[in-house]
Amino acid sequence: MTVSEVRELIQGESLTPEVPEEKEVLCGYACDLLSWVMAHGDEGMAWVTVQTHLNVVAVAVLSDMACIILPEGIRMEEESLKKATGEGMCVLTSPLTTYEICFRLMTSGIPPHVQ
Amino acid sequence: MDALIRQTYPVASADYTSAGQASGDIKRRLKKLGIGGDVLRRVSVASYEVELNLVIHSLGGELTLSVYPEYVELVSRDVGPGIPDLSLAMREGWSTASDEARSLGFGAGMGLPNMKRNASDFEIKSEVGVGTEITMKFNLA
Repeated sequence: MTVSEVRELIQGESLTPEVPEEKEVLCGYACDLLSWVMAHGDEGMAWVTVQTHLNVVAVAVLSDMACIILPEGIRMEEESLKKATGEGMCVLTSPLTTYEICFRLMTSGIPPHVQ
Repeated sequence: MDALIRQTYPVASADYTSAGQASGDIKRRLKKLGIGGDVLRRVSVASYEVELNLVIHSLGGELTLSVYPEYVELVSRDVGPGIPDLSLAMREGWSTASDEARSLGFGAGMGLPNMKRNASDFEIKSEVGVGTEITMKFNLA
């Protein structure tokens, strides 16, 4: 499933419209502790977090993730979005809760780890 | 053996805005050398963790990247305060991060164990009042 398909699945909106959404989503994860995510992050991951500062983008980029998903309509600071766009990292926001987003990802076949 | 690349990045204490810049540059440089896949990801994770450790815990320091034909080396040196109990610091879940660091989502106590897990070789030396030096090697073969 691509980032674009994930965006539709979670009724999301892209906060980085200049970033293409064709990256393949290989797994999903939800966590707000950045060092925890660094330990468990993976390539092609769709990462759900309520954190929006610059370091979130750095963690996603360094782990080669597919996209960052902000739940419950959370927006991201302009500075973080600029960095995400520059790094080619897609940031989606969804009106759904983290729980609902993860449910939809899992039931659509996105596993917790790269297969 | 001479390094193919050697680059040193100064890292300031408590500068959360610039945190990740050194790791980002390291990743770009390695990519340009054709290093990718699992090694690139492991170096990226470990370099970010060690850079963040300098920001969160040290009084300032530097991170040096050296690339040799057979391995990538990262060396972090800081000017203090030093770690009083290394075995405790290496334990997963143990953290002395400040409230500010925790509010940003750091301080899970995963940094040092995560570096050790990702590096082929991991060495840490620390002296209270002097500083901490971490050397990590990542085999390319």
